[in-house]
This record gives sequence, C-alpha cells and structure tokens, in this order.
Amino acid sequence: MTSIPLESGLIIAGILFAVGLIGVLARRNFLFILMSIEIMLNAAGLAFVVAGARWGRADGQVMFIFILAMAAVEVSVGLALILRFVHHFKTLDSDQGNTMKG
Amino acid sequence: MSFLFYAASLVAVISSLMVVTRSNAVHALLYLVVSLLAVALIFFILGAPFIAALEVIIYAGAIMVLFIFVVMMFNLAAPFSGKSRLLDSRTWAGPAFLSFVLFGEFLAVITSSGIHRISPSPISPKDVGVSLFGSYILGVELAAMLLLSGVVGAFHLGRQKKRTAHRFFEIEAPK
Repeated sequence: MTSIPLESGLIIAGILFAVGLIGVLARRNFLFILMSIEIMLNAAGLAFVVAGARWGRADGQVMFIFILAMAAVEVSVGLALILRFVHHFKTLDSDQGNTMKG
Repeated sequence: MSFLFYAASLVAVISSLMVVTRSNAVHALLYLVVSLLAVALIFFILGAPFIAALEVIIYAGAIMVLFIFVVMMFNLAAPFSGKSRLLDSRTWAGPAFLSFVLFGEFLAVITSSGIHRISPSPISPKDVGVSLFGSYILGVELAAMLLLSGVVGAFHLGRQKKRTAHRFFEIEAPK
C-alpha cells in the first residue's frame, strides 16, 4: 500500500484554509461569510486528522470531534444572528452593519 | 491510494473555490456539500473512517440542512444588491501581500524538513472513543456546555420579540 506524504496533507489543509479566509475577507454577503468559515474550520480539522494519522494516534480525531461540535454551535448561533440582521436591516450586506446602535 | 488522495484534494480545493466565487447561495451550498464529501474521502483514505462518517452525517447532513432552511427563509427573489461584491483592492493588497509571505514561509518550513510518510493504518472508532472518554473527558464536558449555550443563544436570538411597548414609544427600525 502506497503511503502519502504528511506534507501534502498539511499543504492541502493550508490551501483550503486560505480559500476560506479569502471568502471571509472578500465576500460581503453574510451567508457566504458563514460558509467560508465552515471551509476554514474543515481545513483545521483536516490538519488535525492528518497529523493524527502521521503518528497513529487517536488524538487528532478527538480534536476533530470537538471542532465538529464547535462548528455546529457556531453555525446555529451565526444563522440566528443573520436572521436578526435581516429582520433589522432588510439586507444580507455585512457592510450595512458597520455602525453601532444602528 | 495516493492517486485517490490527490484527486479528492483537487476536488475539495476546486469546489471550495467555487463556493467562494458563486453569486447564488444555493449553488454555493451545493458546491460546499461537494467540498465536504471530498474532505470526507480524504479522511477515509487517511485511515479515519469514523471521522469520514461523522463528516458526511453532521457537516454534509445536519449543518447543510440548517443552511438550506435559512436560505429558504430569506427572500431570494430579491437578489442581494451590495455596492460592490468584492473589497476594494487598496484595502486587501497590503494584508494579502504579508499573508502570502507567511504562506511562503509555511510552505518552506513544511517542505524543508524532509518527507514524512503517513502509513495508512486505520484508527478504529474504539480507540477514538477510549481517548475521547478517557483522557479528553474534560473536553467532552466543555463541549456539552458549549452546545447548551449554543442552544440557549440560538433560541434567544431567533425569537421574535413581541412589541409590548406603547405605540407612541415604538421606535421605527431604520432601513
């Protein structure tokens, strides 16, 4: 069975994280920002699993389960915040919410 | 096995790029599901079948359903009309350049330390469970508290507040 270099797995995790970061920084739509955060969390979990597979330990997978729980909570609270935002501002543009007490 | 890994990685990167660049939210969600499934295949190849199953069930299943319900609640007939879809280039040029320097250093550090082979020996769900409920039991309890606070927070934020103030005291929401 051929093996996979550790470095390629980590580089792929880095590329996925960078793509998600570009999405968070460049998009102005709240839904896309949240989806990009999902990509970033997924990339972080991928790095943990790759490192766990390198040393043959279960710790990386345990960390992925924690990331999964955190992502679920983050999505539910984030979507609730987006619903409030849309009710208030009638738009998904995150630039509309850049003033306080708005 | 190695070819499968790189093919799945390519699919994941391409579909993630498509997620970031789409203008229709439902199309982006479809690409996001593809990206998550590709990462699940990577997990399976890396010898983590339990994590691959969790990825499909929770990420591509539950979280995507949450997204789709919220997209359904928005009025997509009125498309998103922001001033500009992307940031001004003067805003992101400096941080992007510095981040690329850091990314180059990351690649250099990773590739300069020699090749470490991953021996794809599967880690069974039993090992994960023993570790999760053994040495990481405090983390499990913290995750439980996090989930509880998430439930309470989502309920509190998602509740429609009933206007009980006198009608003269009602403040008109700004557009």
